[in-house]
Amino acid sequence: MILTKEQQAILNGEQGETLSKVMKTLVMYGDAFEAEKLVPITSKYNHLVTSFGLKVMSPVYDLMQQLLDAGVMSAQKFSVDPRPIDKNVPANFLQNLVFNKFMYTKQSFYEDQLKKLGLLNEDAFTCTCYMDEVGNKPKKGDVLSWAESSAVVYANSVLGARCNRNSGIIDIMGSIVGYVPYFGLLTDEGRKATWVVKINTTKKPEAQLLGSAIGMKVMEDVPYVVGLDKWIGNELSDSACAYLKDFGAATASNGAVGLYHIENLTPEAVEMGEKLIAEGAKEYIIDDAELKRVQDNYPVMWKNADATPKLCFVGCPHLSIEQLKTWTVDIEKALETTGKKKVVIPTVFTAAPKVLEAFNKTEYAERLKATGVITSYICPLMYMNNPLCKKMPVITSSNKLRTYTSARYYTDAEILTIITGGKK
Amino acid sequence: MKVFKGRVVTPGEVTAEAVVTHEGFNTLASFQMALQFGDKEVKCGDQNNKELHGKPLLGKALCLPQTIGSTTGGLVLYCACAMEKNPACMLFSGHIDSLAAAGAVLADVWVEGVTMPVVDSLGDEFLNYVKDGMKVTVKANGEVVVE
Repeated sequence: MILTKEQQAILNGEQGETLSKVMKTLVMYGDAFEAEKLVPITSKYNHLVTSFGLKVMSPVYDLMQQLLDAGVMSAQKFSVDPRPIDKNVPANFLQNLVFNKFMYTKQSFYEDQLKKLGLLNEDAFTCTCYMDEVGNKPKKGDVLSWAESSAVVYANSVLGARCNRNSGIIDIMGSIVGYVPYFGLLTDEGRKATWVVKINTTKKPEAQLLGSAIGMKVMEDVPYVVGLDKWIGNELSDSACAYLKDFGAATASNGAVGLYHIENLTPEAVEMGEKLIAEGAKEYIIDDAELKRVQDNYPVMWKNADATPKLCFVGCPHLSIEQLKTWTVDIEKALETTGKKKVVIPTVFTAAPKVLEAFNKTEYAERLKATGVITSYICPLMYMNNPLCKKMPVITSSNKLRTYTSARYYTDAEILTIITGGKK
Repeated sequence: MKVFKGRVVTPGEVTAEAVVTHEGFNTLASFQMALQFGDKEVKCGDQNNKELHGKPLLGKALCLPQTIGSTTGGLVLYCACAMEKNPACMLFSGHIDSLAAAGAVLADVWVEGVTMPVVDSLGDEFLNYVKDGMKVTVKANGEVVVE
């Protein structure tokens, strides 16, 4: 890798040993991909993936402390993934004990570290930092040092920013030196599609199921999706963006997709069309039967597959304000049909603190509350990341949550039926 | 016995027993429970990976195509190394992915006294040949001997 004089000086230790190690990390990371240079980060803010003060992650806090002790700070302010616990979310005595006395005992300590390192504000805890209400929305062409798989794939695909699938810790190291290695999704070549995915379904495909199918098939490659605009339109409307958010999160967690192109919809696909497709691209055709095959193949991790669900999570990744409003209306209608007053299963909708703040100013907030649904800012994945929850029958429409926990996946429509007491 | 030549991502020499996946290795899903709740063998917790689910990873030669999933992946790998709960080595048939590379580099630069050699680009034949339980020796020049 060719470094500038300034970068070489940092690597040589002229600004201290710790900064030298940060630079060495980025150079070795870039070398693994034959990156020829480091390029400046151009986004206003960074986004970090590590938000949780898990006791077991002490090597991370030790490393962060090394940075703080050496006075090495992030040059950018940053948002960070959601907090892991919220007292509003149902938890029994034992769960609370495990969360507060065993698992997340480092939460306050770590949040203090984040503040010192450059946390944007107290409410900057969400996986959907790009929501207008949150305000960390990069511009097209911006170079980022973000982590969080669902945010990276959204920033690349829907916003047209340029970011590799960086790991936690690498994310902050980029914004400490102000540069990232130039490879992969930062390059024009790396943004070309090596798969053409044709959507031949007879109805609008479920976002999280379609993303899962594509992620498992293409792994870390870039798919160019044809025929989806028929179902979600050719404008990046609120509903299309929410669909792409959920679709992308599933591609990234069920596979390793960092960028997708949707014909006639996402910015690069609109600009360049089929010129984005690399020579020799493979083809994957998705029809109703393929989506059914994918869903039927998900393992059921519950001890009793016929157990009555004890909890439902919707909002991984965090919901948009439009999604919260739509769910409110849908639940009201479904409850009317089933003759119930409230949801029959404890249900938690998760969204960014700033999105919830905005939602709570609308008339929908009281209406949703009246249905019995709880809103929260937590990360459902972090809530479920313990053996107590493994034994608990939890349902979700998030394919990401299904992937990492014992939560059972259902489509949004199936979730609506189950939580409102309709027949499944 | 067969010898494969790959590219050294992080250096080192080791001999270990192989555990093999032909699917993407989801680092977070594989390690999260084992690291948090002190599983001494660090058994793979990824329910979607039928080849590895429930198998011990600690001290094994992990043979894989690439890692997938959450961008905490590299950080989780770094923590596994810092806690000495890591595989003995990671051997990739194809080019390493960004998350595994990050984990390997973070461990190499920031963890004292722990070596986890990582070699990539060993070829599809490597992953076709190596089977669970085979003896794998990684050499400093990126040669991998499978027997």
